[in-house]
Amino acid sequence: MSDDSDKGPSRRGFLGAMAAGGALAAGGARAASDPLITEVQPWNQLLGEGVDETPYGLPIRFESDVVRRDVPWLTADPISSVNFTPIHALEGTITPQGCAFERHHAGAIELAKPDYRLMINGLVDRQMVFTYADLERFPRETHVYFMECAANSGMEWAGAQLNGCQFTQGMIHNMEYVGVPVRLLLEEAGVKPEGKWVLAEGADAAGMTRSIPLEKMLDDCLVAFKANGEALRKEHGYPARLVVPGWEGNMWVKWLRRLEVGDEPWEQREETSKYTDVMADGSARKWTWVMDAKSVITSPSPQAPITHGKGPLVITGLAWSGRGTIRRVDVTTDGGITWHEARLSGPSFSKALHRFHFDVDWDGSEMILQSRAIDDTGYVQPTKDQLRAFRGENSIYHNNGIQTWLVMPDGRVENVEIS
Amino acid sequence: MSRFPELTALALAALIATPAAAQMGLGREATPEEVAAWDIDVRPDGLGLPEGSGDVATGEGLYVEKCAVCHGDFGEAVGRWPVLAGGEGTLDRKDPVKTVGSYWPYLSTVWDYVHRAMPFTEGRSLTGDETYAITAYLLYLNDLVDEDFELSRETFLEVEMPNADGFFVDDRDAVEVAEFSKPPCMSACKAETTVTRHATVIDVTPDDDGAETSETEAPVETAAVPAPAAAAPEAPAGPDPELVAAGEKVFAKCKACHQVGEGAQNRTGPILNGTVGAPAAHIDGFKYSRAMTEAAEGGLVWTEETLDAFLEKPKAVIPRTKMSFAGLRKAEDREAIIAYLQSLGD
Repeated sequence: MSDDSDKGPSRRGFLGAMAAGGALAAGGARAASDPLITEVQPWNQLLGEGVDETPYGLPIRFESDVVRRDVPWLTADPISSVNFTPIHALEGTITPQGCAFERHHAGAIELAKPDYRLMINGLVDRQMVFTYADLERFPRETHVYFMECAANSGMEWAGAQLNGCQFTQGMIHNMEYVGVPVRLLLEEAGVKPEGKWVLAEGADAAGMTRSIPLEKMLDDCLVAFKANGEALRKEHGYPARLVVPGWEGNMWVKWLRRLEVGDEPWEQREETSKYTDVMADGSARKWTWVMDAKSVITSPSPQAPITHGKGPLVITGLAWSGRGTIRRVDVTTDGGITWHEARLSGPSFSKALHRFHFDVDWDGSEMILQSRAIDDTGYVQPTKDQLRAFRGENSIYHNNGIQTWLVMPDGRVENVEIS
Repeated sequence: MSRFPELTALALAALIATPAAAQMGLGREATPEEVAAWDIDVRPDGLGLPEGSGDVATGEGLYVEKCAVCHGDFGEAVGRWPVLAGGEGTLDRKDPVKTVGSYWPYLSTVWDYVHRAMPFTEGRSLTGDETYAITAYLLYLNDLVDEDFELSRETFLEVEMPNADGFFVDDRDAVEVAEFSKPPCMSACKAETTVTRHATVIDVTPDDDGAETSETEAPVETAAVPAPAAAAPEAPAGPDPELVAAGEKVFAKCKACHQVGEGAQNRTGPILNGTVGAPAAHIDGFKYSRAMTEAAEGGLVWTEETLDAFLEKPKAVIPRTKMSFAGLRKAEDREAIIAYLQSLGD
C-alpha cells in the first residue's frame, strides 16, 4: 500500500487500485490482521523532521500528482499559454496559490515591491503615482472571489474533448483577497465628471490592457496584494493585481501598473480580437464580462475514478456565479431523468466558489452524472445544447454548460455528452 | 451615518463639506514625462497616435525581419502562432479564421498592440514610424490597401476595417437569461438518456500518469544538470555548476522558441543541444534562414567567442537571421547561457 500511495490515481494504476479496493470491500467477514497495525512501522519508531527543516513547506511528496497541468497542443508556446487547476483533487472552496491555474501572455515576471509603481492618469484632477508602500496605507478590504478564465471549457464547445475536469473546468481558482478598493485610489486622483471608463494596464511585456466601466471599478474592484493570507504569487501578479469580482479572468490585470480614466473604451486587443464570442452567423458579442452560473462534479471524474467498488460514495463538486451566490445545486445520476438537491457545504460568498456534496449508496451500475447550479438571481445553468442553440459552436468563450460524466461499473469515468 | 455614532454634528458637517470624497494624501502627482512614458494606448478615434508615418515597403522589410519567424512570410503563421492575414468569409463557418483583415474591428488595435507588445521577445522596441510601417504592411497582406500606401496619423481614419460592424454589445440578459431562468425540472424530465459523444474517442487529453511523467522528465533533468561533484575531480574542467544554473535561468528568455534536453524538438527556433563547438545550422530538419546557411557554408562554428558575439547582438553577426531576439546585453548572462548550453548533451 505505502509503495503505491505516492502515485495517485491514474489510468494505468487504476486496475491495481480496484483490486486493492475489492479486497478491502470484503468487509463483513473477519479480516486478516493488518500488518500496518500489528507490526511496528518506521514512522512509529524513527524520528521525523525537526522544526528547522522546512521554513516554507510544500505538500508532502505523496501529493505530487496534485499539480497544475497544461495542454501543449493548445498554444504556440508555454510562455503565452495557460495551465489548469487540479480541481479533481481539491476539496473545500479555497484554491491553494501553488496549484491555482496561470494564464500569461508574456510569461510570469518578477517585479519587486520597491520597483512597483501604480499610475492613475487620464480624466482625473490629479494624475498620481503610488508606490507599493502607499498602497499598504489605504484602508483594506478582505473578500473571497472566484476567478475564471473566459475560455474555461472553451475546448468543449463542439463536443466532449478532454478527459478530466482539470482540463475541462480547471481554468478557475478561488482565493481570499486583501486589497484596496479601486474607488479609494480613484478618489485620491479625483475622477472628472466625463470619466466613464477605466483602462487597466499590466507591467509585463504583454502590457495587458482592458477597458472596464468606471461604475464596476467604483462598485467592487480591488487592487489586491494578498491572497489566502500571504503575498500574491509571481504567477498571479505579485506584488499587486486587479480583482474584478464575477467578471472574466482576463480583466483581472496582473502586475497592475496603470489605471487610466477616459470617456470611451479603448477597444484593445484583448477585448476585440480575443475575448469576443463569435455566434453561428459570424457576428460577435463583445463586452461579455460577467461569468454565468456554472458547476462541475469534481469527484468522481475522469482523473478521480471510483476505486472502492459499490457502497457509500461521496459525489462532490464546485458551483459558482458571477452574478452572486449559489442558491442550489442539483445532481443527477441518471443523465437528467431525475434530479436531487445536493448539500451545499462551506461558506456561501457572493461571486465565490461554493462546494456541494451528494452522498449516495452506489449499486455498482453505470451512472450518468451531472450537476446543475442555480444562482440567487434564479439563473439555472443550461445544458451545452441549450447554449449551442443560442450561440453555435464557435464562440470559444463563456461555455457554462452542464458537464456530463459517464461512470462505468468498474469505476472509470469518462467525459461524454448525452441526448 | 449610524456607523459613526460618536461623530459630533460639527465633525459630520466638516466631512460633508469636503468636495467629493476625502483624500488620504497618499502618493504624489505624476510628472508629464512619466505619464507620456507609460500612456501609450491608442483609441479607435486615433487618440494617442503619435506624429509619424510608414509605408508598405518599409513595413515589409521590418515584418520579414521581426515578425515572419512566428507569423509567416504572408501572415499565414508558423505552428500555432496567430494567423494575421486572410480568413475573409470564414466567421460563420466551423473554426473561423480570425485575422486582422477578417475579424479585427479597429485599426487602432493593431497599431496599439504591435507597438505595445511586439515582437514577442522584445516588446516596446518599435518606434512610432516602424509601427506605422508594419501596420501598413499588415493592411497590405490583407488586401486592404495598395502597395504604395503610407499610413500616418492623417491617413489612419481613412482605413476601413471589413469587420467593423461585426460586433454587438453583450445581450445575454435580454436574449438568454429569461430562457435560462425557468424553474428546472426535477423528476421524469425525459424518457431516456443515451450517450452521444465520447471524449476518449478524440483522445487528446495529456497523459495524467504520474509515473510516466517522471520517467520522461528524469532524463531531461539529468541532461540539464552537470555531473555531480563526485565526478568533478577526474573529469576535465566542465562548465561551472553555478554558472550553468544561472544560465538555465537566463535561458527562460530563449524558451519561447528553443527547446533543449532529451526529447527536444525544433520549434520556432532549432534545438540547441550540442551547439557549442558545432558548425552553425547543424540541426537537421530545421529551416534556417538563407543568411545562417550561408554563414555555415562560410565556415561559421559556434565557439564560445562566436556564440558570445551572436548572443550579444544577433543581427550584428548574421544581419538577416530569422532570430528576432534583440540580444543579451550583459556579458555575464551570455557567459552563463554558453555554460548552460555546454552542459547539455547532444
